[in-house]
Amino acid sequence: MDKTVNQKAWFLVLPVFLVVAFSAVLPLMTVVNYSMQDTFGNNQFFWNGVGWFKELLDPSTDLGGRFLASLGRNLFFSLVILAIEVPLGIVVALSMPREGWTVAACLVILALPLLIPWNVVGTIWQIFGRPDIGLLGYVLNAIGFDYNYVSNDVDAWVTVIVMDVWHWTSLVALLCYAGLKSIPEAYYQAAQIDGASRWAVFKAIQLPKMNRVLLIAVLLRFMDSFMIYTEPFVVTGGGPGNSTTFVSIELVKIALGQFDLGKAAALSLVYNLIILIVCWIFYTVMTNAGVERKVQAEAEPAAEPKPSEPKPAAALKPVPALKPREGVA
Amino acid sequence: MHSIPGRRLIMGLFLIFLLLPIYWLVNMSFKTNSEIVSTMTLWPHTPTLQHYQRIFTDESWYSGYINSLEYVVLNTIISIAVALPAAYAFSRYRFLGDKHLFFWLLSNRMAPAAVYALPFFNLYSAIGLFDTPWAVALAHCIFNVPLAVWILEGFVSGVPREIDETAFLDGYSFPRFFIKILVPLIASGIGVAAFFCFMFSWVELLLARTLTSVHAKPIAAIMTRTVSAAGMDWGLLAAAGVLTIIPGALVIWFVRNYIARGFALGRV
Repeated sequence: MDKTVNQKAWFLVLPVFLVVAFSAVLPLMTVVNYSMQDTFGNNQFFWNGVGWFKELLDPSTDLGGRFLASLGRNLFFSLVILAIEVPLGIVVALSMPREGWTVAACLVILALPLLIPWNVVGTIWQIFGRPDIGLLGYVLNAIGFDYNYVSNDVDAWVTVIVMDVWHWTSLVALLCYAGLKSIPEAYYQAAQIDGASRWAVFKAIQLPKMNRVLLIAVLLRFMDSFMIYTEPFVVTGGGPGNSTTFVSIELVKIALGQFDLGKAAALSLVYNLIILIVCWIFYTVMTNAGVERKVQAEAEPAAEPKPSEPKPAAALKPVPALKPREGVA
Repeated sequence: MHSIPGRRLIMGLFLIFLLLPIYWLVNMSFKTNSEIVSTMTLWPHTPTLQHYQRIFTDESWYSGYINSLEYVVLNTIISIAVALPAAYAFSRYRFLGDKHLFFWLLSNRMAPAAVYALPFFNLYSAIGLFDTPWAVALAHCIFNVPLAVWILEGFVSGVPREIDETAFLDGYSFPRFFIKILVPLIASGIGVAAFFCFMFSWVELLLARTLTSVHAKPIAAIMTRTVSAAGMDWGLLAAAGVLTIIPGALVIWFVRNYIARGFALGRV
């Protein structure tokens, strides 16, 4: 299905372009403007050139030290939660029941943490982890651990990581489950005839079919953990000391706490640039994977499209979940 | 062949892990404050509805829910309305800069809210929208519009092109084709996209809190402020938390079969 070239399509895209440009480009221009200036209050600004950027990347200054430290913490955090959530998500997806009402029940419970406002996620874990009134903190202390996320760095980190695993592993699991669902039964039968082991089936059939969704999962998880703000802010407030102060928390402290516009703007730009680069890498990999997929798809017969998809309300029927529309994953 | 040994056990343990903290919140919302602080009880021994009662009768509390719903609904409507034609264009046509535009949209979905908090504050103060639901609704468009475009594009691509062509041959004008034929065909996709816009606008706090002060303050912000002022009213905090979970829990049933597709930005 080749797309036709039609420049008039721009008119259809124009509303989106205007809305997003209004909320993305305009503010970003203010940020660029601020990042070159210094303010001593009273709306008086002074030209500062690239001064803030130099300071930002120099760990010996106050600003640079804070930025690089929070960046390091944030990268470490992202790597840890990816290392836990991706394998755990795959295992959970493989453990999904195959049919019956339990499928729907599991899907709903899995999705539940994703729909809780982020500050409430923080509140839940703040309460749950407290040694005096929280079940987790109480039990841990009762069996002899000296657990207190308010005063101990390690405990604070563990709490924030477990909270993130609790909050977002379901996302990875749901995506992987969708990928697994798109594998035709025939693949498994062929594997059975070949006498493939459980591990071989996973490696040769399931993992390659999950490639694409896993890529999206890693992208979303990396990005969202890289800009995490609300949940750790509610639980630890960035502390004890600065031990759980991530980049966003540092940025909000500088921007809205100290109203240090120049520094905050310079930090914002560098922060955004990092995100943009990572995003671009993922996008390129994803598009390339898409091209390969298309080539593959042409070799196989496409499944029939379903022109009249049931409405969400009609989804109450026990339809097998998540059939891929384009046939081949 | 499909699944792994011990899957029931793994699934069971994971679900318990997910539900336990939520249970604890619900548990606490039904306890009196003296019970919370003085003893460790696994279920409320003297169950009370006082916290819920307080939220539903005190305007400063329940107005937060109304404010939140207001900007969430506004945002969902705006996002879907502008994203629909764009999704069709991306799905059917090739045009100058389409790939770059698509990437630019994606990068906005990923942009950290903290970066935009301050400039948004300036922008919406300058145009007089500060502390109105419109400010938050428009601000949330920055991540919801791209998301809606991505999801809807996936669904539009699932509609065979022959349907468009037949409709045009039958003399349908473009707007009429769009409303009469395309929209009903991708109704489920619109439902899913709306659900995701609703959800991401509902769970976001940083921008919503920065862009409001008195009249449009969202429930999430009221939770954080009142609690610190009242010296930790744990029961009330828990009850307010439980009430924020309910809308999501209600809608999720309807989209459970599509939720992964939505998270995969419409491309599973």
